[in-house]
Amino acid sequence: MNRELYGKLIFELSHKGRKGYKLPNTGVKASMEGVPAELLRSTSPALPEVDELTVVRHYTNMSNNNFGVDTGFYPLGSCTMKYNPKINEEIATDPRLASLHPDQPTYTTQGALELYHTLELYLSEIGGMAEFTLNPYAGAHGELTGLMVIRAYHEQNGDSKRTKVIVPDSAHGTNPASAAVAGLTIVEVKSRPDGTVDVDDLRPLLDDTVAAVMMTNPNTLGIFERNIPEIASLVHDAGALLYYDGANLNPMVGVARPGDMGFDVMHINLHKTFSTPHGGGGPGAGPVGVRKGLEHLLPNPRVVMNEDGTYGIEYSDESLGQISGTLGNFAVCARALSYILSLGRNGLKWVGPLATLNANYIKESLKDKYLLPIDGVCKHEFVFDGLKDKSTGVTTLNVAKRLLDFGFHAPTIYFPLLFHESLMIEPTETESLETIDEFISVMSRIADESIADPDMVKDAPHNTPISHPDDTEAALHPVVSYFELSAQ
Amino acid sequence: MLHRYFPHTEEDISVMLQKCGLSDMKDLYSDVPEQLLLGCDYDLPDEWSEKEVRDFFKRLGDKNRNLTCFAGNGYYDHYSPAVISAILSRSEFLTAYTPYQPEISQGTLQYIFEYQSMMTQLTGLDVSNASMYDGATATAEAMMMTIASVRKRNKVLVSATIAPQVLNVMKTYAHYHGVELELIKEKDGVTDKSDFEEKICKGDVAGVVVAIPNRYGILEDYAGWADMIHRNKALLVMNCVASALGAVKSPGEWGADIAVGDAQSLGMPLNYGGPYLGFMCATKALMRKIPGRIVGATKDKDGKRSFVLTLQAREQHIRREKATSNICSNQGLMALYVTIYMSLLGTDGLKEVNELSCAGAHYLAEALVNTGKVALKYSDKPYLNEFVVVTSFSVDELISKGVEAGILCGVKLSENEMLIAVTEMRTREEMDQLVGLVSKM
Repeated sequence: MNRELYGKLIFELSHKGRKGYKLPNTGVKASMEGVPAELLRSTSPALPEVDELTVVRHYTNMSNNNFGVDTGFYPLGSCTMKYNPKINEEIATDPRLASLHPDQPTYTTQGALELYHTLELYLSEIGGMAEFTLNPYAGAHGELTGLMVIRAYHEQNGDSKRTKVIVPDSAHGTNPASAAVAGLTIVEVKSRPDGTVDVDDLRPLLDDTVAAVMMTNPNTLGIFERNIPEIASLVHDAGALLYYDGANLNPMVGVARPGDMGFDVMHINLHKTFSTPHGGGGPGAGPVGVRKGLEHLLPNPRVVMNEDGTYGIEYSDESLGQISGTLGNFAVCARALSYILSLGRNGLKWVGPLATLNANYIKESLKDKYLLPIDGVCKHEFVFDGLKDKSTGVTTLNVAKRLLDFGFHAPTIYFPLLFHESLMIEPTETESLETIDEFISVMSRIADESIADPDMVKDAPHNTPISHPDDTEAALHPVVSYFELSAQ
Repeated sequence: MLHRYFPHTEEDISVMLQKCGLSDMKDLYSDVPEQLLLGCDYDLPDEWSEKEVRDFFKRLGDKNRNLTCFAGNGYYDHYSPAVISAILSRSEFLTAYTPYQPEISQGTLQYIFEYQSMMTQLTGLDVSNASMYDGATATAEAMMMTIASVRKRNKVLVSATIAPQVLNVMKTYAHYHGVELELIKEKDGVTDKSDFEEKICKGDVAGVVVAIPNRYGILEDYAGWADMIHRNKALLVMNCVASALGAVKSPGEWGADIAVGDAQSLGMPLNYGGPYLGFMCATKALMRKIPGRIVGATKDKDGKRSFVLTLQAREQHIRREKATSNICSNQGLMALYVTIYMSLLGTDGLKEVNELSCAGAHYLAEALVNTGKVALKYSDKPYLNEFVVVTSFSVDELISKGVEAGILCGVKLSENEMLIAVTEMRTREEMDQLVGLVSKM
């Protein structure tokens, strides 16, 4: 690696007169003729001028400063960082799929529509729902869409006073934010010490102003909400709908279905449960499923199967409206379908159980050295409240940073908010016993180091491309482009 | 082994269960009420080998038609350098999560910083976020951002000349978020200026949204708009096709406060609708109102330059119920895509893309008109690389003749109107082929 030269910003590698492209010869002379000068730029954008190899070295060097699932174990709680199979990449980049224009006549995209329709059917089977839309571009986008379905449902019933959504205090921060964007007000319901919803606290909140209750099951502490049948009937008796946040669907795959639990609307994160790569933050996909009776509310446009077995695209007036410019992140959906077919029903039935086994094995192996606030069998993830020995002053942040030195990604930290030192671990089903044992031994070693040499742990990481960056300064005096940086 | 993606042997499972004090895999779910357990396999196909998966998708692929593309409508068939897919397939980028641990995520953070820098150049504005889902949702977010930024106002004006899918998404978000969205009328293919003036002067508007180029490919003249909007204490939002900004007057030059749009046009594959890339840039004054992630530069403990997610107090997962946006990701890999694209093409390349597309479109428009079978609908309006023709024949018929010849002739607007786009990918020969089809209609 040559971090010195190629690790600079691409703008700093720019050299006037260099170029990294050659455009096709179209046979027509390049010109802006026909566009009046006052509609053209008066100053050129200052983009870099670099040759092709410099671009390749620059970004290849940058990739060396990154960590992905292919690099090593990524026990990030609630993120389901499972293996992203290579065949899925090959499928998604096949030009027979990748070069289709979204406005092509549907008789020229029957294969693409069949792909969409097949995935919708399979997700409906796995979710226990009547129908799915693949339009939402991300998990948060799916949540927003799901809440719009719920609002549209009450609107069509003329039930305009239902403006509240009940969210447990252990919920992902996205839940209340999605509710706010959907124009709903949030009522928090306190959870019991194990993070599960207290039915007695919930009951009095359920009146005729409640549009929905949003739940994550298992919840963010990895605990299954065993009262879910009772909760579902309370919610339905009150005339509200029950929303399933699919962030934690993975442990349920092959085991139980949200539809059977009484959920009316749900979203799935294809980039979590269905193995599509996270791409450093996106693109993902957040398909939304609904129970029977709500299908007509799903967003436009819809992929439909015609009576003759061909596929089409429809817009309906009954729908909640359009939430995406297109039918969704098609290439992400292609990967998810490839994953489902690769596993098949006999593979899928092991996804949840093995993910759950891995999580419990880690929990049991480390609970002597890390504080386990909730004992008992967890699902795919669990939370430690930091180190057991609190006398050393070593925090969850320190442990997380020290893990990086050993080639592991850190768990999710300081979430959920129910504990001060949350350390949330989710191993997924694709990790081997050897990997997990090594992780356990490193975690154990860090606990020992925290007693023997706490300052060394507090000073971590020591072996990473950069040491701890000053984020306070970054927020206090934001420098958010190269041009601000170079003006300093 | 249960599956090639699961490393567990029977022995592993029994060792692990023992550690957990359990005797059977079923014990892991003893807390799930019996009646909720699935009790059987899903009604899905059995496990397939890679060969079977490949064959299945090949069969699907063969049911599609790959056509020479004259369709646009916001999504364009531009040239994509081979370097991009090679770099994007590097799994250090592909399989990374959100860069929450900056010490081992400098790759992602640095390219986002570069992306932001390039987008500020393209839009002529000060600050860019780390990207959003697509152009339509980014525009809806900008609409909500104007409401959150301008006190006590709840109305947003949007030109009827914005792309229909963008307008539809704005309408949906407006309806549920409680924004009063009002259309500015269209007149001869452009935004009706007198209708705009009348509506902005009422003093109750938070934002005005217009398009570059508009839904018909027309480049509208927005001279004086920003001043009038700012005099009325509202914000100007411009929805742009990113690639066009390599040549046409930028939102910054027009005096816009916010620029949004789709960056698919920066060499990204059409992918039948996604993933694409929404972008959003704004003036420094609005920096703390921008939704989504932002990467900032700082120094590490050893004084080395480094990059971090910054200004996170703005973000939804921190603001929870006070959030004015719920986006909590970006299109990471797609941002890398356009960053590499812009690195390779640079200022001159992007300009040349526009010149070739513009020249091609004007060549094609003239040749089509010369057949006597079509007329330009807005012949007195300037356009970049896309235009509307009025046909003397059924558009559906032309489209189906085109498909037979391997050509996607354009996007149907009505029975006798069609939107046609040209990029640097279209050769004169291909355009002449399209002209030949039209002349035989």
